[in-house]
Amino acid sequence: MSAPSQVSLRGVRKSFVRPGRDGGTTEVLGPLDLELRHGEFFAVVGPSGCGKSTLLELIAGLSTATAGEVAFEGRPINGRIPEGVGVVFQEDASFPWLTVRDNIAFGLRKKQLSKADKAARIDAALDMMGLAAFANHHPAQLSGGMRQRVCIARTLVTEPRLILLDEPFGALDQQTRLLMGDELLNLWRKTGATVFLITHALDEAAMLADRIGVMSARPGCLIDIVETGWARDRDSRVVQEDSFGVVTARLWRSLRTESMKSLGRSGLAPSGLAPSGLAPSGLAA
Amino acid sequence: MKYAWVWRVGLLAALVVLLEVLCATGGIDRLTMQPPHRMAVDLWRIITSGSLNAAILRTLTNAAIAFVSAMLFGVVFAVLLHRARFLRETLDPLFATYYAIPVFAFYPLMIVVFGLNDLPEIFIAFMLAVVSVVVTTLAGLDRVPRVLLKTALVSRLGPVETARRIVLPFVAPFLLTAARLAIAYALIGVIGAEFIMSSNGMGYEISFAYNNFDNATMYPLILLVILTSVLVNALLSYWERILLTQRGLS
Repeated sequence: MSAPSQVSLRGVRKSFVRPGRDGGTTEVLGPLDLELRHGEFFAVVGPSGCGKSTLLELIAGLSTATAGEVAFEGRPINGRIPEGVGVVFQEDASFPWLTVRDNIAFGLRKKQLSKADKAARIDAALDMMGLAAFANHHPAQLSGGMRQRVCIARTLVTEPRLILLDEPFGALDQQTRLLMGDELLNLWRKTGATVFLITHALDEAAMLADRIGVMSARPGCLIDIVETGWARDRDSRVVQEDSFGVVTARLWRSLRTESMKSLGRSGLAPSGLAPSGLAPSGLAA
Repeated sequence: MKYAWVWRVGLLAALVVLLEVLCATGGIDRLTMQPPHRMAVDLWRIITSGSLNAAILRTLTNAAIAFVSAMLFGVVFAVLLHRARFLRETLDPLFATYYAIPVFAFYPLMIVVFGLNDLPEIFIAFMLAVVSVVVTTLAGLDRVPRVLLKTALVSRLGPVETARRIVLPFVAPFLLTAARLAIAYALIGVIGAEFIMSSNGMGYEISFAYNNFDNATMYPLILLVILTSVLVNALLSYWERILLTQRGLS
């Protein structure tokens, strides 16, 4: 029997009013239905501009749906930031004027904890993210990957039940991304939180997630959900397994036409090129 | 450059030595200019005798009032303007051309409005300083990364806490730049106004000494104005550099 859902989206749509005088709207998302199970690692892939980040913002309460309902643990979100949800963004969101320790402590500001408990949580987060030696450094003294770890640690200390990650490794090189992926899997196992990851990298989604949602071109809808079937104690070595290629190949099959549509819309696809003219580069099919 | 400050100090020292030599050899005659060492000695004499302390105090107090008012009004106005997009679009071109307006031309009008007291000088200095504060603060507010504001939202910060914990620390280096400009403009405004129409203050004393060929008062006072402005600016620059270094921006 599957675990009860922690987040549910039912008939969710999102549209934006176009700037200018025509007053028309652009549909960016939906209709979309999705159930996130307690403690699962769910990744979302999709073509550029399909509304992946909009979907994350709806779950985070940073934005409200034009239609449909988004609920966290049974309660509608309605644009209110729910308690127990942590978000890590793609961009560097560390506070440059604070030390690494103070950045992490920022997450605990509103928690009713004793000083000792706060310090213990911060120390644990510093250790978990390999930042203990840099506790008194400022973010400017760290690499991009380390700064992203600071942001993850700041989210982790709050012990969220749901962690939303918006392409957190987007700015990192491939090797660092693999290692960061291992760290992410570790902390997912340790915390038991549900993880919702937005990524544009199919291999990253295939390596990390229990389930992967594939989105269509704008307006983004879920066109496929792929179960990877990995064991919970997996790590980046799953990329060596034959089934990893099977998963990424299926993701690409689902995504290819949508990516072509997205490229065509942005005017990047050569006009004479049929969808079959593109090869699935970088994927073990 | 690593030793830029050594070259800077060296250049200034060379200029002082050159002036000293020109004054000593008659290249610059004594009626035109005192040698720099004489200016320093006379400044010390003026300060220790206390003969011009009231004038110095008055000028510095008025400049301080203009500076604090410009900072308070300028920052608050910039914050409001940052939120009012239409007003911002309306005023932006005016800010760009503001310093083309000779503010001192309004000084007689200020005297008519406020009377012959300290207020016109303070108002002129305030007018000179305030727009630089508004423009610099707006530049800082424009640069607050959207992701930090989103972080404030997901951290469940209210508007006041967001302003205090995120926006203010982020724009702090911009506020220090604004303060440096405002101090310079406040001093220019007050001293300039004292030159034009006043019976007190350092500007008036410099003007009075000039009209009476009193180099022993005029040059030391000019030196004092320069030292005050440079010292305050250097302190703020130092503080600004600490903040920028902390952020990897210097």
